[in-house]
Amino acid sequence: MAVSSQNLRERWQTLTKCVCDGARLMVGQGDYEAYASHIRKTHPDQAPMTELEFFRNRENARFGVGNRNGFRCC
Amino acid sequence: MGAISKHGPWALVGALGAAALAIVATERGESVNALWIVVAAICVYVIAYRYYSLFIADKVMRLDPKRETPAVRHNDGLDYVPTNKTVLFGHHFAAIAGAGPLVGPVLAAQMGYLPGLLWILAGVVFAGAVQDFIVLFVSMRRDGRSLGELIRAELGTVPGVIALIGTFLIMIILLAVLALIVVKALAGSPWGTFTVMATIPIAILMGVYSRYIRPGKIGEVSILGFVLLMLAIVYGGSVAEHPTWGPAFTYTGTQLCWMLIGYGFVASILPVWLLLAPRDYLSTFLKIGTIVGLALGIAVVAPHLQMPAMTKFVDGTGPVWSGQLFPFLFITIACGAVSGFHSLISSGTTPKLIANEADARMIGYGGMLMESFVAVMALVSACVIDPGVYFTMNSPAALLGTSPETAAAAVTKLGFAITPDAITAAAKDVGETTIISRAGGAPTLAVGMAHIISSAIGGKAMMAFWYHFAILFEALFILTAVDAGTRACRFMVQDLVGLAVPAFKDTTSWAANIVATALCVSAWGYFLYQGVTDPLGGINTLWPLFGISNQMLAAVALTLCTVVIFKMKRERYAFVTIIPTVWLCICTLTAGWQKIFHADPRIGFLSHADRYSTALAEGKVLPPAKNVEQMSQIIFNDRIDAALAVVFVGLVVSIAVFGVIACIRAFRTDRWTALESDARAVPAE
Repeated sequence: MAVSSQNLRERWQTLTKCVCDGARLMVGQGDYEAYASHIRKTHPDQAPMTELEFFRNRENARFGVGNRNGFRCC
Repeated sequence: MGAISKHGPWALVGALGAAALAIVATERGESVNALWIVVAAICVYVIAYRYYSLFIADKVMRLDPKRETPAVRHNDGLDYVPTNKTVLFGHHFAAIAGAGPLVGPVLAAQMGYLPGLLWILAGVVFAGAVQDFIVLFVSMRRDGRSLGELIRAELGTVPGVIALIGTFLIMIILLAVLALIVVKALAGSPWGTFTVMATIPIAILMGVYSRYIRPGKIGEVSILGFVLLMLAIVYGGSVAEHPTWGPAFTYTGTQLCWMLIGYGFVASILPVWLLLAPRDYLSTFLKIGTIVGLALGIAVVAPHLQMPAMTKFVDGTGPVWSGQLFPFLFITIACGAVSGFHSLISSGTTPKLIANEADARMIGYGGMLMESFVAVMALVSACVIDPGVYFTMNSPAALLGTSPETAAAAVTKLGFAITPDAITAAAKDVGETTIISRAGGAPTLAVGMAHIISSAIGGKAMMAFWYHFAILFEALFILTAVDAGTRACRFMVQDLVGLAVPAFKDTTSWAANIVATALCVSAWGYFLYQGVTDPLGGINTLWPLFGISNQMLAAVALTLCTVVIFKMKRERYAFVTIIPTVWLCICTLTAGWQKIFHADPRIGFLSHADRYSTALAEGKVLPPAKNVEQMSQIIFNDRIDAALAVVFVGLVVSIAVFGVIACIRAFRTDRWTALESDARAVPAE
């Protein structure tokens, strides 16, 4: 029983993570953890942006200068 | 045996879909349950996805799950990130779904539900989803480049520039038509105007909260905003009834038009975090939530369609928009069947986020099927309301007059019996003083949605709430689009003018920003003002222009796809894109031609201008003009519209010619000439 409830909880966590990631990506916010671990792995000499810097970077990328991706119609 | 177990279940789905379509198409005299339409649509989507998209993926594109995608190759954790397929599907769908699939089908309902339904289904399977999927594929194989860059690389510099100019013009027309929808929904409606205006301080509050108080907490701030929005809707009813505040929030179309122009200008030069980003959260989540809610509502309530399968207006005499079924139905329903705009999204952020080539099928083809389903639900919503109410809401004031008595008489004369009392009651149900001539799709959709959702939750007492909820939800993402679109236009103008005056390119320069923004706002503002003051309701003029431009962009994108298929030496499969390209060219060129030269002044811009200039020469003043100046203005507007249609026709023709030349050249070559990035296998972990 313990195994199955553990299993269920994991599944639930996977599901909520998927929904939250999906909702954040819909408004242009990618996964910070994925970004940070990518930088740590590929550029160990660089410090990754903080979570807040990442948030602002993505906000600007969606609507900011020289970018047309925030636009949609149908 | 193997074939039966492999294809048997799909054959059953196909049979169910065929049966549902047969019921929908042949039921006469009795009203059809909307669920049959839903079942027919879903079966068509399932079969198309299982077989046609697989055929395209395997034979035409030869998707290779082992090949590196741009997200893997250029992974930077920011723009290029391998992303979970389901998460990316949500992102892509949210990016393509907007006002288009909600408005077009509502307008098309004047011909009955059947023509619109059949075009939505056939269009998405053979044109819309194919375009989205193949553009996504082409961009994915080329480091996620944009449509303009792809056309320049595969077709040449000149077609690339032509496509850029076309995109800019579409944006202008689109922004004007979207703003017009908001004006039509809010004119003379204090409740609606109050709630929509309330979104501005709410969004600013959210912006400040997520900038200084709890940065990055999107969920939290969105819930806060949502609660405030709901309060604004509830409180809006009392504001509308208040003796001072009610009139203070009651505006005419022209007043709202100027407010929107001013809003567009200010909003698009403010910092993004203050207004645009927080409202984007609200509009995105509300949009997804409402779409899900509407789907559940239709499934639970199972409403009956009141609109006939086909009305007599297929002959082109309809009051909502003019022109015969061919070509105008195929122009009116653009998004939902095939939308050129999606080619910009499919070559935007999505291709940079795909983790595995095989995912492109679900995201590109599947995402568009989902959007098409939204269009089907919009069609259902428009057809569940009484046709008398539908035509009262969507016919121009020039035909209906402004009182319930004149409107009821005019609509009854059209062949859809309705009493003045029924019109007054319908307005009262949704908490408005009048519903006459609320063209533009949004109010009709709102009445339909209120009808469906209130049958599930809240009953008649909640109908006014749901109506204003639906108006708010549409206005919210239209305002977001106006803001984001004006910004995007501004960057385009700065890029273009920057070619001549390099200083103009500097996006940190306030002078350049303000000049470029003013240029964009006055461009769409011009068409908006023209639409608001048009006695035929504006939608009549602007929606076909928008439809033509949107389908034109789709034809351009599909031409690119065809050229790429030829360059890959897979021309035996090129019919997949040639058929929709040819069809879209036929539709846009015929419609463009008719909008310019048709002898009926209700359709042709030039004959409309002629009528007014003849009258002007005789010294007469034709309504709605009240003096000679307004007469000249109408003539000038007509000529501008005609010129725009000429430009669109020219664009389609020139890109088609460039496309044919590129195809012939590729056909004569004996080897692969497409310019993909080199194929590299996914590195082993």
